[in-house]
Amino acid sequence: MTRRILMAALAFALAAGAASAQNVLINGAGATFPYPMYSKWFDEYHKKFPTLQFNYQSIGSGGGIQQVTQGTVDFGASDGPMNDMQLKEYQAKHGSAILHFPTVMGADVPAYKIAGVSQALNFTPEALAGIFLGKITKWNDPELMKANPGVKLPANDIIVVHRSDGSGTTYVWVDYLSKVSKEWESKVGRGTSVNWPVGLGGKGNEGVSGQLEQTPNSIGYIELIYAVQNKITYGKVKNASGAFVEASLASVTAAAAGAASDMPDDFRVSITNAPGKDAYPISSFTWLLIPEKIADATKKKAIKDFLTWMLADGQNMTEPLAYARLPKAVVVKEQKAIAKIQ
Amino acid sequence: MAASSTTITSAGPSRPARSFFQRLRGGDEAAYLITFAAAASILLVTALLVFELYTNSALSRAKFGWSFFVTQTWDPVAGQYGALPFIYGTLVTSALALLIGVPLGVGAAIFLAELAPRAISDGLTFLIELLAAVPSVIYGLLGVFVLIPILRTLEPAIRAVLGWTPLFRGAFYGVSLFSAGVVLAVMIIPFIISISREVILAVPGDQREAALALGATRWESTWDVVVPYARKGIAGSIFLALARALGETMAVTMVIGNDPKIKASLLAPGYSIAAVIANEFTEATGQLYTSALIELGLVLFALTIVINAVARLLVAGTGDRNA
Repeated sequence: MTRRILMAALAFALAAGAASAQNVLINGAGATFPYPMYSKWFDEYHKKFPTLQFNYQSIGSGGGIQQVTQGTVDFGASDGPMNDMQLKEYQAKHGSAILHFPTVMGADVPAYKIAGVSQALNFTPEALAGIFLGKITKWNDPELMKANPGVKLPANDIIVVHRSDGSGTTYVWVDYLSKVSKEWESKVGRGTSVNWPVGLGGKGNEGVSGQLEQTPNSIGYIELIYAVQNKITYGKVKNASGAFVEASLASVTAAAAGAASDMPDDFRVSITNAPGKDAYPISSFTWLLIPEKIADATKKKAIKDFLTWMLADGQNMTEPLAYARLPKAVVVKEQKAIAKIQ
Repeated sequence: MAASSTTITSAGPSRPARSFFQRLRGGDEAAYLITFAAAASILLVTALLVFELYTNSALSRAKFGWSFFVTQTWDPVAGQYGALPFIYGTLVTSALALLIGVPLGVGAAIFLAELAPRAISDGLTFLIELLAAVPSVIYGLLGVFVLIPILRTLEPAIRAVLGWTPLFRGAFYGVSLFSAGVVLAVMIIPFIISISREVILAVPGDQREAALALGATRWESTWDVVVPYARKGIAGSIFLALARALGETMAVTMVIGNDPKIKASLLAPGYSIAAVIANEFTEATGQLYTSALIELGLVLFALTIVINAVARLLVAGTGDRNA
């Protein structure tokens, strides 16, 4: 009796094993910012190829880099490119490189709440750096008045709100500030969490915008998508060409196009403060981290096919979800790079 | 052997020892083993936790040593990590929570157990126990949307009364150590009330009767006899509340301001150990960063143990004098 049950269980296990051998499951983990986009893509792709399933855990960029380095997932995802030390660590562990593939773009916008001011304010790089360094402390500072003629700015103290959780959104913001302010670069620098000179911390975009909503005379930064979806007014930022640009899907794509001309072959590039008169200066790519060598032939083919699809049909799905699509030049370059996966 | 089960087991020394399985069938042994395993698993989990925290924080411990406890800088970019602002924030908010929560909680427990009519007591107790089950994120939201606006309107009054102390100076942004302390107080009060009430109810009736027979008023019997009798249990409820306050993460991070600086004013924003771990762990890149966050976890663990031990010693000390 017991033996028969054992045999049945064994047969069942074998059958299940055989069934799962046909289904390919590809695991990934990483950034939270592109998660809605990725889950849409993976879902659509699964509908197209029912035996193929992508499983993506949005555990954060740092976790994505860590897991792909340890080899516990098939691919990673990150809002910031891996640094040279992390690349070396990967190389040492796997004997091969890891490749970066930009997928979509996002942007950070300055949001604020000032009594009596409802229009979009203009921010110069000097003003933003000054405010976040704690050097510009009043809303009627000459730097702000000069950029916003005709707006009646109050003589109140500026209250700065930043993210308290480690985040790619923070990375993009401080990367921009580091580029436009030497003082920021030397005093604070770049990172997913930094030692803020001033301000209060809010958890997540919702924490920051909630804090802004409740605190008079406050300013903070939030993701463009979050601002658009929640109809939060945000300011324009002066770009490298001297024009005040409002963040939009088009102006973010323009920033990537501006940076595309000197895009390195490994795609590890920051597009903050990008050249081009339509470029929104606080934009960024988000990346998939794909191992250069994938041992499993079925997985390799699935990942390569997915990347090809993502760069073609996938890009058409970005705008309804408020992500900015990749510019043509970057797509062409990435299509060539897919061949590097072996 | 079958015969031995029919005889009365008077466990004489000459009788052969019962086999393991026989004892197991008796039930006692099984109960012993199962409950022992349950108790052992708790110890094991705790030991494993300490071990993991200790080994995984090796990098940070080696690099910063004891200076970790006195450094005020927390700079992930420069790789400089110090725990002091977080320890300060954790201690201050928990102390505030106890300062507000203990009188209210113990007072309410005395009322519910000793003075209130039975129907009111049962109804209120049910509601209070519901409060204890509310997830902490809800308390955080309550703090952000209800408590902070109230504190904002009360702020001028608080400042007028207590503004002369350095504790209530400087700008008030809503989120602050004070707000976190108040939210924590609201969160721990149900624990204090619920357990203290049970303990007070468990005081034998003859204690009260004896006091009343000696001519004590109802309040005298409650305050001088019943409460001291239940003292250990009430202290236990406060320890549990304190442990919750020290480790509370979500509600605190929503109202504390998340700014790792030490300021004397309670109206200033601060940061707590649990909050910074929750905020930064997922995106922590680099081994030293992760290691420093894990060491913070170890610090919180040690802090909880030390505070609990000191509190227990204090209670034991006062007990001897009163007795």
